[in-house]
Amino acid sequence: MEWALLFQLLINGLIVGALYGVVAMSFVLIYKASQVVNFAQGEFLLVGAWACWWLITHMQLPFWLAFPMCLAFMTIFGIVLQVTVLRPLIGEPVISVIMATVGLSIFFQALMKWMFGVFAQPFPPIFAADRVSLLGLEVQSVYLLSLGLSVFIMLGFWWFFTFSKHGLAMRATAFDQQVAQSLGVSVPKVFAMSWAISAVVSAVAGVVVGVVSGVSSGLSFYGIKVFPAVILGGLDSIVGAMLGGIIVGVLENLAQYLDAQWLNWGNMINIAPFYALVLILLIKPYGLFGTRNIERV
Amino acid sequence: MAAASQLPSGDFRTSYAADMTIFPTRNSRIALWIGLALLCLAPLVFGRYELSLLIQIGFLGIAALGLNILVGFTGQISIGHAAFFGFGAFASAGFAKLGVPVALAIPLAGIVTAFVGLVFGLPAARLKGLYLAIATLAAQFILEDFFARARWFSGGVAGQVTENFSLFGFRFDREETYFYVVLAWAVIMYVMAANLMRSRDGRALVAVRDHYLSAEVMGINLAYYRTLSFGIASFYAGIGGALYAHYILFVSVEAFNILFSIQFLAMVIIGGLGSVMGSLMGAAFMVLMPEAVQSAAQALQGGALDRALNLGNSLNFLREMAIGAAIILFLIFEPDGLARRWRLIKAYWKLYPYSH
Repeated sequence: MEWALLFQLLINGLIVGALYGVVAMSFVLIYKASQVVNFAQGEFLLVGAWACWWLITHMQLPFWLAFPMCLAFMTIFGIVLQVTVLRPLIGEPVISVIMATVGLSIFFQALMKWMFGVFAQPFPPIFAADRVSLLGLEVQSVYLLSLGLSVFIMLGFWWFFTFSKHGLAMRATAFDQQVAQSLGVSVPKVFAMSWAISAVVSAVAGVVVGVVSGVSSGLSFYGIKVFPAVILGGLDSIVGAMLGGIIVGVLENLAQYLDAQWLNWGNMINIAPFYALVLILLIKPYGLFGTRNIERV
Repeated sequence: MAAASQLPSGDFRTSYAADMTIFPTRNSRIALWIGLALLCLAPLVFGRYELSLLIQIGFLGIAALGLNILVGFTGQISIGHAAFFGFGAFASAGFAKLGVPVALAIPLAGIVTAFVGLVFGLPAARLKGLYLAIATLAAQFILEDFFARARWFSGGVAGQVTENFSLFGFRFDREETYFYVVLAWAVIMYVMAANLMRSRDGRALVAVRDHYLSAEVMGINLAYYRTLSFGIASFYAGIGGALYAHYILFVSVEAFNILFSIQFLAMVIIGGLGSVMGSLMGAAFMVLMPEAVQSAAQALQGGALDRALNLGNSLNFLREMAIGAAIILFLIFEPDGLARRWRLIKAYWKLYPYSH
């Protein structure tokens, strides 16, 4: 047993898990507001990260200018996707909507490969200090920043849904669309807004991952890793998504540790969450915090 | 029903058996036999390249039909179909390696894959909609990982070489001859599917799709039929995969990724959910579309557009983008797929010139 390695991996898991949590929250946001299961969530990270990278390296903009511009672009991107692709599919069966987002996913993945190539591109260094010492462990400062950012986004979500007018409108729509509409909430606007917020938040996560380990098409795998997280937490619970993300992050690093120490199977870091996913679906398909879907005829 | 309105007047059904025939009119039967005869002549007319396209349409069409039985008829979604296709390919190659004649290895591979499908279908008995989509996504990654790891089964990352199809000492080792093998299998599998859909089991599957609670109230065992449709879908995928293996003669893990699974779903959606012939049309569309993209890129070669967009080196990406765009466009503008287009065209000519 190597306690230091285990501890290091747990910290890693926590940091990556917080990012999963952020992506999972934006996934749940779309699901709650518009009942769409978004298989293209990973592509939001991808598009956002590439947009920011392009603004910094090709347009030579400083980071503090490029980052907000990238977020503004993602807002428009999310709204355009919702209006052009998802709005015509309102009322169609679940399978059609799922397939449309799957189509979006491979479309943008291929488009990004076409525009920016298949190789990972590093971000130019943004922060001066590389590593800091924390409780006797060396931690990259970007990781700390990403953890801080994740917590900040989570608090932001909490504030948005508890106190702001739009957040309350969104919760009302998620609860009952017809009642919300009759109370003066514009449901199409809420749908578009949820996609915009989700795209922006995912893009933030994408940029953070890009800064840490370079921008590449591997980013879109975050969108798939999100599924174990949201299923674990319950599909329609924001708190659950956050916790699920952290658990999945820790779990995959633990699996990695077990694998490296005893099993030597390889690739467990990527596959373990899916084994967990199948187990959860068998035992408790509504997750830790999800509402049970009781059907009345 | 759109199909019923196309029956000629005066063609009355006087018995239950007459109402349940697969091919409703005499003309449709004649058209079928003529079509089959023309396909049998195809190797005399086409070159090897065109034949290879037809062979691809054949084995992909068989696997797509399996997925259509699952998605289109039973209403269960699967994002892991390529993994089962791959399982069939590896199983058939494995049987051939053990000394089983290839002609026997193909159906055996189908049966083994059906059992694997039943195992993965067990959670599906309780799940539906998006939960099932996510569960099959997990199945895709787990099976893919298994292929890469299990050297005894798949040859690991190195892949597995297999042998030609042969029957009574005759080797079907060229496009001209292997075409008939695929054609025979395709005909068998399509007739079987059309037959399934008019049986009790087939109607039970459709009932599960249309309203599962009502189906259950009417005495249909939901868990049984959901699992069964997974098994059938995997059987078709296994047969398709086995035919693929003995055509390419080399099976490797990388082929059966999630993009391939999505291509199967695209075939089903483009062809038409819940249409037997639509699966074949969808497979044909998916095989021919890259050809169209390629020839379009070639037509633009050397032009300003080509230089600006770097078309020549990014054909693969263009192809993937075209698949994604085709899925979305069909879902928005023609949710019933090519099968419905085809019915409309037939109706137009049948009713011409009084089409209103």
